[in-house]
Amino acid sequence: MSDAQQTIELLRFNTCGSVDDGKSTLIGRLLYDSKSIMEDQMEALERSADITGGGQVNLANLTDGLRAEREQGITIDVAYRYVATPKRKFIVADTPGHVEYTRNMVTGASTANLSIVLVDARNGVIEQTRRHSYISALLGIPHIVFAVNKMDLVDWSEERFREIREGIEAFLPKLNLFKDVKFIPISALEGDNVVTFSDKTPWYEGPTLLGHIESVHIASDWNLNGLRFPVQWVNRPNNPTDPALHDFRGLSGQIAGGIVKVGQEVLALPSGQKSRIQEIWTYDGPLEEAFCPQSVTLRLEDDLDISRGDTIVGLDPLPGHSAELAGRVCWMNPRPLTAGKKYFLKHGTQTVQAMVTSLESRIDFETFEPEETAELAMNDIGEVRIRTAKPLTYDGYTANRLTGSFVLVEPGTNATVAAGMLHPPAQSYKPEYTDFSI
Amino acid sequence: MSSYHLDHLAYLETEAIHVLREVAAEFERPAVLFSGGKDSICILRLAEKAFRPSEIPMPFLNVETGHEFPELIEFRDRRAEELGAKLIVRTVDEAFEKGLATPTPGQVSRNQLQIPVLLGAIEEFQFDCCIGGARRDEEKARAKERFFSFRDAFGQWDPKNQRPEIWNLYNARLNPGENMRVFPLSNWTETDVWEYIKKEELEVPNIYFSHERECFHRAGQWLPVPPAHDANGKADPYEGARPSDQEEHRQMICRVRTIADMISTGMIESPAEDIDDIISEVAAARVTERGTRADDKASEAAMEDRKKAGYF
Repeated sequence: MSDAQQTIELLRFNTCGSVDDGKSTLIGRLLYDSKSIMEDQMEALERSADITGGGQVNLANLTDGLRAEREQGITIDVAYRYVATPKRKFIVADTPGHVEYTRNMVTGASTANLSIVLVDARNGVIEQTRRHSYISALLGIPHIVFAVNKMDLVDWSEERFREIREGIEAFLPKLNLFKDVKFIPISALEGDNVVTFSDKTPWYEGPTLLGHIESVHIASDWNLNGLRFPVQWVNRPNNPTDPALHDFRGLSGQIAGGIVKVGQEVLALPSGQKSRIQEIWTYDGPLEEAFCPQSVTLRLEDDLDISRGDTIVGLDPLPGHSAELAGRVCWMNPRPLTAGKKYFLKHGTQTVQAMVTSLESRIDFETFEPEETAELAMNDIGEVRIRTAKPLTYDGYTANRLTGSFVLVEPGTNATVAAGMLHPPAQSYKPEYTDFSI
Repeated sequence: MSSYHLDHLAYLETEAIHVLREVAAEFERPAVLFSGGKDSICILRLAEKAFRPSEIPMPFLNVETGHEFPELIEFRDRRAEELGAKLIVRTVDEAFEKGLATPTPGQVSRNQLQIPVLLGAIEEFQFDCCIGGARRDEEKARAKERFFSFRDAFGQWDPKNQRPEIWNLYNARLNPGENMRVFPLSNWTETDVWEYIKKEELEVPNIYFSHERECFHRAGQWLPVPPAHDANGKADPYEGARPSDQEEHRQMICRVRTIADMISTGMIESPAEDIDDIISEVAAARVTERGTRADDKASEAAMEDRKKAGYF
């Protein structure tokens, strides 16, 4: 790689807001002002403007990709968009704002580093604002931006902006999980403070929206504390590309947490056997160390019986290891969740049978307090207890988004019915022979 | 690169490798759709990275319309052989013979006819998963696509009823007869693909680079004039795809930006001689990649409609 070539980071963000808060318009504006819209797309927009929009180009049509969406003027599913500036690349998850589409927001938020919550300056803080802030916190998104949109419709009032900001700051401490929070007054329709500074907000001293997402510090967003390596695929060539490798036995997977080094002592779970890392094999040659989220193939010094679904972990800190789990789920299916139902649970690279043994509560989005409930309906978020047929090797979701998350799949229909976030384990895995060494 | 941080290409690579290994682990009979185009070239390198030193544990499948660029076929066959992979080719002509498909009257393009051929091959080999090189940035219906995209027993995509895809936990469960399409490059852009080709020093078919070629103008595109005879000496193998007397034609310095077959691929005037030229050209481009695809111009929902019917 030449010296002149600079490293470009990738930031993933999602946008959320109520219907008509201007999410699609904002993304359209970012695409348009960063010159990520092409002429043929613009022509298609202009054609549809002539036909349906009375000549007004609708930036929202850039992201609303399906026929039903254009016809009904809504966004019915998560759409992904790609924006590149000289400083960063962005993957944008455009998630709809309808109450009934919370599941889409959870989907878009699950992989995001940053969340942009749109607030209509005329309506101020509404239940949706609280819901979206809560979900962003719940999904462990480190950075959040409140974009107070349609400021042109409140005459760019500083007072109104402050009022909204204070309204949000009043409930944020209850969530208390973000690394940083920004408030930016914008007009997505006209582009003020989106890509270029507005001359209508002399009282605002912060960055533009693009300026902020281009510079926010994301290097430490992955978990580098405690090796977690869910074994994905056992790499055992019958007919190796290199004849010298006929005894090759490697464990392929993506590092889900921490750093792995050659010579490091590791534990294979669930068996509990110890070994050391002999080699970190990759197509591009062996590595001395590798880190989350790299995909590698590990060779151990000992030939242990390990298969897909097992986890190689570092000794400090040790993960939880249990078949009795507690966590929060977002319910995503029209058939509600009640206690006693059985599902397939996918966690890391392992799929096990699981039963929801109890439904403890549902979150009230007005108060963020749990309330008793007999069932979780679609788009509800609640506390559950789950028993699995085999123990999981896991961490609390707040410590590690990859080893602390799971999905539930309904047998028969194979529908993905829930996204789950595990509470921290009550106790860590206890090796049986702490003085055991090889 | 800061010590424990991946740049954007390394991030996209590890994501795609993870997806490919999930396919190998979760499906009984997966296949890789390999056309010889730039996106599937990246898929093959990613598969090497995912599975070496083992063999790539799935065959390659290609659906031919019969109107392919000869350069692409030559490259495809050679690359598959270099990788020691099994290459399965099924064609629209065979599908006519077997009665799986019938020619559409008045329709020269066989683009739509690839659908029954693909579904036929899936049934013939009992594939439960096909890996494709489609990207979400290509087209707005594809922007709504999942990494693991479920198809029912008729091969249909139902965009309003897709499985939520959360974190990197892909739900690969199928009932008999159902099928999954998996797109490891979902999050890649056209620029990413070329930067990766450069980084990995991958060979691509020479028609991606500037060359001189006779082209003719049809429906807003400069289409290549196909050869008058095929390799076996059969006259006009690309029937209907040759210019009429009324259609303007001329020699052009041109290349392809995206490859379908000769009937659907518009050539772009370009002096780009190497990968760096292409990367600069893509960065400066003011139309999308698929703006040169005649198959996408049918209507605003052309891609959505084909995908619902079982297209790639």
